[in-house]
Amino acid sequence: MTEGADPPVSVEESAPADSGISVPWHRRRIRAEHVRDYGILVVFASLFVALSVGSSGFLTTNNLLNILYENAPLGILACGVTLVIVAGNFDLSLGAMFALTEVCATEAAIHWGAGFGLVVPLLAGAVLGLINGLLVTKLRINAFLATLATSLAFGGAATAISGGLLLQVTSSTFLALGRDSIGQVQYSVIVFVVLAVLLQFVLGRTVFGRYCYGVGGNREAARQSGLRVDRIAIATFMIAGVTAGIAGLIDASTTGSGSSTAGANYALTAIAAVALGGTSIFGGAGSVWRTVVGVLLLALITNGFDLLGVEAFYQDIVKGALIVLAVSVGSLVERR
Amino acid sequence: MADSRQPVGRIRLERISKSYSRRKALDDVTLEIVGATVHGLVGANGAGKSTLGKIIAGAIRPDAGELYLDERQIRPADPHDARRHGIALIAQELALVPHLTVMENVFLGIEPRRWGLLARRRIERRYAELVQRWGFQLQRDAPVGGLRLADQQKVEILRAVASGASVIVMDEPTSSLTSVEVETLRRMIEQLRGMGTTIVYVSHSLEEVLQVADAISVLRDGRLVHTRAAAEETEASLVHAMFGAAVDAGQVEKPAQAGGPDVLEVRDLDLGALLKGVSLSIKAGEIVGLAGLVGSGRSELARAIFGVERMDRGTILVDGVERRIKSPRDAIDAGIAFVPESRKDDGLFMQLSVAANATIAGLGSIVSGLGTVKSSAERASASKLIGDLSIATPSPAAKVATLSGGNQQKVLFAKWLFREPRVLLLDEPTRGVDVNSRAAIHRLIRHQAASGVAILLISSELEEVLALAHRVLVIRHGAITHEFAADPPLAEVMEAAFGVAGAEHSPP
Ligand SMILES: Nc1ncnc2c1ncn2[C@@H]1O[C@H](COP(=O)(O)OP(=O)(O)OP(=O)(O)O)[C@@H](O)[C@H]1O
Ligand SMILES: [Mg+2]
Repeated sequence: MTEGADPPVSVEESAPADSGISVPWHRRRIRAEHVRDYGILVVFASLFVALSVGSSGFLTTNNLLNILYENAPLGILACGVTLVIVAGNFDLSLGAMFALTEVCATEAAIHWGAGFGLVVPLLAGAVLGLINGLLVTKLRINAFLATLATSLAFGGAATAISGGLLLQVTSSTFLALGRDSIGQVQYSVIVFVVLAVLLQFVLGRTVFGRYCYGVGGNREAARQSGLRVDRIAIATFMIAGVTAGIAGLIDASTTGSGSSTAGANYALTAIAAVALGGTSIFGGAGSVWRTVVGVLLLALITNGFDLLGVEAFYQDIVKGALIVLAVSVGSLVERR
Repeated sequence: MADSRQPVGRIRLERISKSYSRRKALDDVTLEIVGATVHGLVGANGAGKSTLGKIIAGAIRPDAGELYLDERQIRPADPHDARRHGIALIAQELALVPHLTVMENVFLGIEPRRWGLLARRRIERRYAELVQRWGFQLQRDAPVGGLRLADQQKVEILRAVASGASVIVMDEPTSSLTSVEVETLRRMIEQLRGMGTTIVYVSHSLEEVLQVADAISVLRDGRLVHTRAAAEETEASLVHAMFGAAVDAGQVEKPAQAGGPDVLEVRDLDLGALLKGVSLSIKAGEIVGLAGLVGSGRSELARAIFGVERMDRGTILVDGVERRIKSPRDAIDAGIAFVPESRKDDGLFMQLSVAANATIAGLGSIVSGLGTVKSSAERASASKLIGDLSIATPSPAAKVATLSGGNQQKVLFAKWLFREPRVLLLDEPTRGVDVNSRAAIHRLIRHQAASGVAILLISSELEEVLALAHRVLVIRHGAITHEFAADPPLAEVMEAAFGVAGAEHSPP
């Protein structure tokens, strides 16, 4: 069965009371495991309900779609990088890839036409991901350092290509992706949802996805099981690159412009969302749906606080605290 | 240190229970361990031995019940806390810091200090004393991560003695030691007991337990069956207590002599300074045993054939066809499978399910057109393997990390049976497996051989090699030095492999 999809969660009910002497260790442990595995859903649902009750503007189709719309690029990035993290690596260059592909998209759209503007960023993303993957696998550079370095390089390249200018696109075909909608639902929201479902499927159901868990969980065992560990890692980096390209494209299309300074915080926010969702930062366990929950939770906090008129810096404090909480519940449960 | 006239280190467990989900790992266990004795703990895989050991050493907390040390109730919060009470654990799954050296690991957390700084010279002196006293030769400054399992086990043992613990729980301390080293450990334990140390000794080798223990407790399904003086027990009585009526641990009958064509042929294999011009061949249906000391190159030979280590020179033929093997993947493509010695490091994916582990090397055969894993096929194959190997798991979806050590070992085996290999390289295939399952694995090995698989069997236990192998090769210092036809006398192989007949002193 494809329980490997998610770190196989033991489906367990509270234990039957045992021999009379009641020491609460046991029940606490079970609860802690549940908190770790599904706590994030509970937090999400509670916040959702609280905001629905507390603010009249929250539970409207318009507002909810708007949340998705605003978070589509971040969400897409985060879903992509989830595969990298599950396979035991890291990608800090997401923000730089985002900016570089965005610049590529606008340059291509301006000089070669809208069609190229839509395709070039995806190809560029794949190439950038390939570079990351090769550095990590063939040169055996720690993923953290490798992508920190490429992050600088990609950022520099984005500035070089754009000349530090804000590039404007006017082609309506190019702008459609970011601005148009089917009914009330914007294209970019559809892209986000489709990608999330697709990546969840890839990670949770396919052989490739299973291999990602294997490589991330125990690299040597994966190698000795005949998995092509390098290729798998490279593929995950390329997927992250392509999703960065899609996100960059959507942003370029939405704003009608490309800037080398776009997406500065995206790498860390995306990784924070992944961790918040409950995917292990050490690899081998996690899933894309968790990342989606993480992204939406961060989005709800922003949105809700905005609606309630709370200052932005409080939001950041709450988000930071929540991440600490989510991650520490995980490691506390592991320890016992 | 204990005063031998008044033994301390008495442990009493009072109605201890521990459950995982609905499964009772320990069920109302009350047990008394007399100070300054060796207390054996036996039971089938999953009986709860490790759980009991971990509770004593503070690595896990019981759901219910009390723990007493010398009539004082203790509640160790963690292993470090337990160490303050003088209790040390040598865990079944070794837990050393891979990047630190042997010496650093031995003194980790108990480093002699001076003004808060490490007293390097004092550490070195104490290390030298330890080694001299207990006689384990290890490379002091080598990082532990690169050591063989047996050497890591020795580091763990030294670590426990170095802490001057009055109670040491040893959870299968000999599972990868050769008989010579087992003997060293036995003498060590006797010496420790003489000094007043209490030792809880878990092992699947009943012979070993009968030899070393003063009293033996038998666990079955988390319950204490009984505790008796070792003198009152025999292997048969222990087996009976461990498994109840369902005793299935009969002698392995000798497999029929094989006479097929060569399936595996290795010519002039060199691997650094570890292997020098090794040649061997294995026929279809033949089981070839490889005997040798730890460090003789026996594991390296299997690892080189499987492409884990890149050989410098040599030719490998499978079914008469030369195969270039540069990675495990090449070996697998050539029909070779390898059960490694260290299941935790090289074999298993602890966070994945039993089913995922069993099928990961052969997903190609249960993949749909879309590239998805066919879950019904996966479940069916996993269930079959679980049945064939009698793996005790609540379901195929349970995480391997939640299985007992012996059952994890069986999952490792399952991974390769799923692929139906031509050549099976087995490095300690029954490590940590109870007598019953051991017989089952032996049957499986014979069954594989009967269906034409060529098998190379490496085992620290000569008895195991002799019981199964058609032919025994002896490897020393990276070269094959002797070859014995079926059923050679144990003493002769011992002499050839270890250079000692009685297994008295440490080899060069
Ligand atoms: N972390 C865990 N989560 C769930 N179940 C567990 C966990 N640890 C142990 N168990 C279960 O508790 C039972 C007892 O396990 P334990 O490791 O104590 O067995 P054991 O007697 O040491 O076996 P072995 O001889 O195979 O090492 C087993 O059924 C095992 O599956
Ligand atoms: Mg155990």
